[in-house]
Amino acid sequence: MDGDHAACEGALAAGCRFVAGYPITPSTEVVERFAQRIPLIGGMFIQMEDEIASSIAILGAAWAGKKVMTVTSGPGLSLMMEHIGYAAITETPCVFVDVQRGGPSTGLPTLPAQADMMQVRWGSHGDYEIIALSPNSPQECFDLMIKAFNLAEEYRVPVFFMMDEVVGHMTERVVIPEASAIEVMERRWTSKPPGEYKPYAADDDMVPEMVKAGDGYRIHITGLTHDERGYPAMNPPTQKRMMERLLGKIRNNREKLIDVRGEHLEDAEIVVVSFGITSRVSGPAIEEARKQGLKVGHLRMVIAWPFPASVIQQLALRVKAFVVPELNMGQMVLEVERAVAGKTRVISVPHPGGTVHEPQEILTKILEAAR
Amino acid sequence: MSNESCVADACNIELTPDLAMENPVMPFLRKERIPHIWCPGCGIGTTVNCFVRGLEESGLDLNNVAIVSGIGCTGRVAGYMNLDSFHTTHGRPIPFATGLKLANPKLKVVVYSGDGDLFAIGGNHFFHAARRNMDLMVVCVNNHTYGMTGGQVAPTTPRGATVSTMPFGNFEDSFNLPFIADACGAVYVARWTVYHVKQLARAMKEGLAKKGFVFIEAMAPCPTLYSRRNKLGDGVEQLKYFKEKSVVKHGASTKDVGLTFQGEIVVGKFVDRERQTWLDSMNEHFTGYFGDKYQRYGGNHVKD
Repeated sequence: MDGDHAACEGALAAGCRFVAGYPITPSTEVVERFAQRIPLIGGMFIQMEDEIASSIAILGAAWAGKKVMTVTSGPGLSLMMEHIGYAAITETPCVFVDVQRGGPSTGLPTLPAQADMMQVRWGSHGDYEIIALSPNSPQECFDLMIKAFNLAEEYRVPVFFMMDEVVGHMTERVVIPEASAIEVMERRWTSKPPGEYKPYAADDDMVPEMVKAGDGYRIHITGLTHDERGYPAMNPPTQKRMMERLLGKIRNNREKLIDVRGEHLEDAEIVVVSFGITSRVSGPAIEEARKQGLKVGHLRMVIAWPFPASVIQQLALRVKAFVVPELNMGQMVLEVERAVAGKTRVISVPHPGGTVHEPQEILTKILEAAR
Repeated sequence: MSNESCVADACNIELTPDLAMENPVMPFLRKERIPHIWCPGCGIGTTVNCFVRGLEESGLDLNNVAIVSGIGCTGRVAGYMNLDSFHTTHGRPIPFATGLKLANPKLKVVVYSGDGDLFAIGGNHFFHAARRNMDLMVVCVNNHTYGMTGGQVAPTTPRGATVSTMPFGNFEDSFNLPFIADACGAVYVARWTVYHVKQLARAMKEGLAKKGFVFIEAMAPCPTLYSRRNKLGDGVEQLKYFKEKSVVKHGASTKDVGLTFQGEIVVGKFVDRERQTWLDSMNEHFTGYFGDKYQRYGGNHVKD
C-alpha cells in the first residue's frame, strides 16, 4: 500500500467520516481512496470548488459533530491559510494533510520537498499554535494519522500531517491492526446542560468541552475575538485572555507533545536531526559514518511542531555538532539553532527539492562536523 | 479581507426591558447582545424581523435551525440570532454551511450575508452550491456597497453611483443577482425590498419550507454611506424610493430584473421549481449502484 492510501486508511480507522477536498498532485490519491471507501462505511466525501471551500466545509462539518480532514499540497495549502486561523480561534478539531511538493508556486507538482514546514507553523495571520506530524513510511502514514486525529480532539487545534511526494507514493507493507487494538480519542463532549454550558469556558487544561449544532445549545461561534460565551468582545483584556489560552493549551503541554525517535544517541558526538523522508536518507549516511568510527546519533522528529526544543537543548550540552538535512533551503534548522543557542555547532544540509538527498551529501556534512 | 471598523458602531440605543418585553421578535434574538451595531435607517434589522416572522410561521424546531454568516454588516446577523449560529470568514459562509448541512442533514441551514460577501469574494461558492442544489436557504441583504469597511464599490453597486473607491462614479456594470441564482440552478428565487415587509416575511417562510437551494435578495438602504454619498437622503427617503419604484412581477424572467441607479426595481417571486438536492442525488445514485449494501446517508454519527 502506498503512503497516500495508508493515510486514508488511518483517517478511517481514527473515525474520520467527513472529507472535503480539491484535487492536487501529489495528494489526490488520499481523497480518491476516501471517495471509493466511504459510501459503504457511512460518511461523506465532497469535492469542493476549491481549497478555500474545502478548508471551511470541514470546519462546518466538525461543528455538526464529525471528525474531519482535508488533503492538499503546497498551492492548495496556501489557499487554506485563512481557515487555519479560523480553526485555531474557533478551536475546531480538524486534520490538514499536506503531501509536500517542490515550490514556491506551482513549482514541482510531482516531485518531493519538505518546504512547507514554516508555512504550517506561521502561515495564517496572528498568533496561534498548531501540531504537525511527520511520517516517514506508509506504515507511519497509517499509525500517525490516528495519532493526528486523537491530538486534534485532545487539544482542539488544527493538526497538520506533513507527508511529502516520496512518502505519499512509496509502496511498502502496511500492517493494519484489529480495530479493537486501535486507540481512538472521541470528542470531548460536554455533560453540562444548555444554559450552564459556555463554549469557551475551560478548566485548568485550557481545552473547552464541545457541543454540536442541533443539540439545543444555541451556540455562537465567531472568528472575532470572543469571550467564554463565544460572543464577540473586541477589547484588550478579552484578547489577552483568549490568546493566553489558545497558545497556552499547546505551550504548556510542549513536553507531553514531544515525539522523537533516537538512535545511537547515548555515545553520540554528532547528532543528525531529521524528519519525514529525510530520516530515511539519513540512515545510510549515519551507518557509513559509524563504520568509519565516528560517534554519530540520529534524532528524528515525529512531531515537528511544537518543536522539541528541550531535547535539542539537552543534547547541545554534550554533543560536538548537529547536522540538519531537510528538503528545503533551511527551515527547521532555524529552530535547531534557536534551541542550541550557540552552545554547539549546527550544520545545515539544505536541498532545493525535486528529489531526496544523496546519503553522500549528508555524510560529507557529518565528516565536516567531525573535523 | 474585511476590516471590522466601527462605522456601524456609531449609534448605541438604550433598549429598556419594557420595550424588550413588547417586541415579539425578542425571543428569537440573543437579548444580551442587543443593542446591535447597525446604523439608524439601515435595512438589515428589518430583514431580520422578516426572517424571524418567517421562522415563527415555519413551524421548524429552532433547535434544528442553524444560521451561518460571512463578514460585514449583514455578517453580524448570525451573532444576534438565538439559534446555533456561526460567524465565519469573509465570503465563505456557503461552504461552511455546506459542511454543516452534509454532516447533519437534519439541520435546516440558513446562510445570511451581504452582497459583497456572497457575490464578490464568495461568488464562486454561490455558483457551485446552487449548481449542486445544496439544501440551503441563502438570504442576501443587498445594500449596493461594503458598509463595514466604509462604503466601497461592490459587484452590486449600480453604474453611476458614487462610492469611496469609485469617487468619480462607478463605471463598472453590476450583477443581476436573481439572474445568477436562476442560471446556476436555484429552486427558489425572490427579491423584495425592506419596504415590502409582509412579502419578504412570506418569502422567508416559503424559503424555509422549500427543499434545495433557495435564494432571497433583500434590498436594504445604507444611509450612512451609500445614500449619503449619493445624496439620496436618509433611510426613509430610500424606503420611499423602494415604494415608488418597485414593480411586482411574479414569475418575471430573471434576465429582465437587473437593477440600475435609482431606477425601477422588479420585485417578486421569480423562480419556484423542483430539482433533486445534492444529497438526495447521492443517496439515490449510491442505492442504485451498491444496492442493499448501501445504507442511506443521513449523517448518523458512528459514535456520539
